[in-house]
Amino acid sequence: MPDLLLELFSEEIPARMQAKAADDLRRMVTDKLVAEGLVYEGAKAFATPRRLALTVRGIPARQPDLKTERRGPKVGAPDAAVQGFLKATGLKSLDEAKIQKDAKGDFYIALIEKPGSAAIDVIAEILPVIIRTFPWPKSMRWGARSAKSGSLTWVRPLHAITATFGLETEEPDVVKFSVDGIEAGQTTYGHRFMAPGAISVRRFEDYEAKLKAAKVILDPQARKDIIVEDAKELAFAQGLELVEDQVLVDEVSGLVEWPVVMMGSFEKEFLSIPDEVIRATIRNNQKCFVVRDPKTGKLTNKFVLTANIEAPDGGKTIVAGNERVIRPRLSDAKFFYETDLKTRLEDRLPKFEQIVFHEKLGTQAERIKRIETLAAEIAPLVGADVEKTKRAARLAKADLLTEVVGEFPELQGLMGKYYALAQGEDASVAAASEEHWKPQGPTDRVPTDPVSVAVALADKLDTLIGFWAIDEKPTGSKDPYALRRAALGVIRLVLENNIPISLASILSLPLFVARNGFVSRQLKTAAESVVGAATSALLNAAPEDSSEIREGVGNVLGSAVDVLRVSEYSKISDVPTDDPMLKQAHARLDDLLTFFADRLKVQLRDQGARHDLVDAVFLLGGQDDLLLVVRRVEALGKFLDSDDGKNLLAGTKRASNILSIEEKKDKRTFDGAPDAGLYKLDEEKALAAAIDQVKAEASAAVAKEDFAAAMSAMAKLRPAVDAFFDKVKVNDDDPKVRENRLKLLNEIRAATRAVADFSRIEG
Amino acid sequence: MDALPDHMRPERSFQGFILALQRFWAERGCVILQPYDMEMGAGTFHPATTLRALGPKPWNAAYVQPSRRPKDGRYGENPNRMQHYYQFQVIMKPSPPNLQDLYLKSLAAIGIDSAIHDIRFVEDDWESPTLGAWGLGWECWCDGMEVSQFTYFQQVAGVECAPVAGELTYGLERLAMYVQGVDRVYDLNFNGREGAEKVTYGDVFLQAEQEYSRHNFEYADTTMLFEQFRMAEEACRKYLAAGWQESKSPGGNQKEHLMALPAYDQCIKASHVFNLLDARGVISVTERQSYIARVRDLAKACGEAWIHTETGRAV
Repeated sequence: MPDLLLELFSEEIPARMQAKAADDLRRMVTDKLVAEGLVYEGAKAFATPRRLALTVRGIPARQPDLKTERRGPKVGAPDAAVQGFLKATGLKSLDEAKIQKDAKGDFYIALIEKPGSAAIDVIAEILPVIIRTFPWPKSMRWGARSAKSGSLTWVRPLHAITATFGLETEEPDVVKFSVDGIEAGQTTYGHRFMAPGAISVRRFEDYEAKLKAAKVILDPQARKDIIVEDAKELAFAQGLELVEDQVLVDEVSGLVEWPVVMMGSFEKEFLSIPDEVIRATIRNNQKCFVVRDPKTGKLTNKFVLTANIEAPDGGKTIVAGNERVIRPRLSDAKFFYETDLKTRLEDRLPKFEQIVFHEKLGTQAERIKRIETLAAEIAPLVGADVEKTKRAARLAKADLLTEVVGEFPELQGLMGKYYALAQGEDASVAAASEEHWKPQGPTDRVPTDPVSVAVALADKLDTLIGFWAIDEKPTGSKDPYALRRAALGVIRLVLENNIPISLASILSLPLFVARNGFVSRQLKTAAESVVGAATSALLNAAPEDSSEIREGVGNVLGSAVDVLRVSEYSKISDVPTDDPMLKQAHARLDDLLTFFADRLKVQLRDQGARHDLVDAVFLLGGQDDLLLVVRRVEALGKFLDSDDGKNLLAGTKRASNILSIEEKKDKRTFDGAPDAGLYKLDEEKALAAAIDQVKAEASAAVAKEDFAAAMSAMAKLRPAVDAFFDKVKVNDDDPKVRENRLKLLNEIRAATRAVADFSRIEG
Repeated sequence: MDALPDHMRPERSFQGFILALQRFWAERGCVILQPYDMEMGAGTFHPATTLRALGPKPWNAAYVQPSRRPKDGRYGENPNRMQHYYQFQVIMKPSPPNLQDLYLKSLAAIGIDSAIHDIRFVEDDWESPTLGAWGLGWECWCDGMEVSQFTYFQQVAGVECAPVAGELTYGLERLAMYVQGVDRVYDLNFNGREGAEKVTYGDVFLQAEQEYSRHNFEYADTTMLFEQFRMAEEACRKYLAAGWQESKSPGGNQKEHLMALPAYDQCIKASHVFNLLDARGVISVTERQSYIARVRDLAKACGEAWIHTETGRAV
């Protein structure tokens, strides 16, 4: 079967867009082929800086024929309707139509056979549409044609289209179409500098080979392999080691069609700058790799660059040029670093008073103050020294104002640590500068030093509570303040450090701090002026002003007075519980707790925990200690893997089922303690005794947070439950006995609730 | 080019370098303009780019534009940062299909041979918040150094470009330093002569850098500048309002504008005054956005006026 070759040749495509574009091209073309009944054997797409290419193998030469029926007018319909039907279906006369009966009468039916088109014609219709609707993140117009509306847009000017279709054994045909004046053909071009001439191509195999001869490596993976292997080898030859950097490899491979890897060097004196700063300088600005000494792990004064040409001078000019660019860059970095060292971190803090964190959440200075207060509250809970924690929180963000971080934002935190150490701060205090940002994602390392943990928790909780307080929660895919990440960070900090902490209590701390922080200044000033304006508006209101306006102004005044009133309280506990602002805050706090529960569920599920077990624990209610939830889920999982667990679950389910049927029947519940006097059988008595014992043991174990023991206690329930169902008929003829037995069943359910809501567990 | 005397060769002298570029683009049909006679932050502000990029009429021009970036001053102590430097600007409307090739040939004309130098087009989406303009294109790299900006304008002064213009901006000092092989801008040979006749870039500009850095950071009269900003803004609006009139051309109750250029001068003025105030550190972060928005509003109003002038409008 024939193959399709497609190439879209343009000016330089941004490196970061190439991989997705190749994938989009493959997906769009193959989806469309399949939709047109052309099922292919295989497809692969490629990208270089100047071209997107696609090969689709094994496409049928023709579409299958299509048979469709079309319903026409009723038999005996007016002639105009009949003529319209004949015209639309291409029938010569009604003799060619069938007659079909249905409830409404007899209708003409036309059988239309549409023979499949040649695949090449279908492709010629598909491709222009795909090109015109291609989903580039940003596309542009160009040239004389852009004077008119509707001109083609592409990521950068598109110059040529190659599209051929045919069998391996034959000369393929050009797929004939044009887009905005660009005619598809079989001519492409080689490397911009080394082989710029036109190349005539037939099909994918000779296309790829001819490009290679014209100094273009089509496959991005092949370019990446060359870059990494050559870079490693260059380093190895000098007894050094490449600092591998996948993101950089991806980017650099999208900047060259013919990678040529070379090594340059810089002055040794620059090695006095921290390694990370050297790397950021060389990587971000120059897209070059750095190299380390495998013995010390420290960077050396070498770098690896990837050029796009093989130069006749062996690349000497290129290396020298890159060295000349890197030198002043490193010189700047060194200057920034040394300048930063001259100012103590705490001396930078006043500047934060000028920097707005968020217009509704005040300045960075206010935020830092809140974090400090909150971190000090958390410190004892995580075993951190309070004074060190406060100091760490105060300094943790100070490096945001340094020159190096201004230049390389990705070094935030790390530079803070270096500067803190340089000014003689305690090691934990210094480490918190870097670590309080962590964890940044599901795979990032979680800090363990108690000081870092306290500051990291305070930082994230302040963010969460702040944005919840102003009602800026994440919605759908929108999470501009990375609040999901912050919540996950809190969860991982708590779980991985085994911090027993009640979320509800920890969240009410920042609530208090955040409210005080932001009610005190901006909001208070604003509220004061609102009160002034609204009061005078009401006083000056003319009799003819509508009552709606008066009411509106009155409402505004009321809200502003609320703000001022709350701002007068020095402690949250002084605020009356029915205060509307406090009520709203509590509602938002509850919402935030739910958000945490959801994040925890996602996290546990991602780690492979059964979602039904997570629900079974959460739905007990009042589960705001993350650590306990997780331990309980773990213990529950283990228990349910055992025979005792499985049987108890089955027994509990059976009890629940019977109960729900009987509850429905009697339209009542069977709460309340069973009456021991009504037990008739030994199995009843044994079950009642077992329940009492298990309840007491399990509750005691839960109180000690020993969930394994609680589960072992549960296991003791199993034989009694089994025996009960074996020997006892629940629906006894005596209604009193029946009621008592149903109450006993309810007690099983109640007993198991000491560890989980078994009704939520599947299986 | 071989007939050039040594001191005029682009590798030898800064002025020869500029002349080579001018000659190259003159030969490609560009009008060679002289710098605009106002202070501005970039060659893009020149009305030959900002305004001429708008409207359907073809326009090809090239010129040197002294660019003032008050904040970039370093008292003459940084090897390549200055508050005043030169940009060489090329604008071609509509963008010709071979603009990249023309650009590479222009590099060859100033001594950069793409057979031994690694020339790269690296993504750079250009946006000027003060001009209400954006375009797509690249930073052009030579051996890892950014030497030019290459942009296909999509929108300028809030108006869609139809057709699109291609804009090239060369950082002249940086390129010349590379070609001459000097590490400090002040060491550039300006006139291509040697010995007693030699004039360096430092001879011409070092004192100016020192004096203007002092001025920009320490002494620029902020009371006056705030007032000037306000006045420029007001004058721009006044001229724009006065310039509108009903078209006298046949078939028209269309409006036309008779004073877009003088109004735009005031927009340029406001932009530069803002840059000076910014360098003096008297504009807070939040105010900054509002100043930028005020200049952008002027630029947009000027663009709107321009496309209703004789040169700017359709047909």
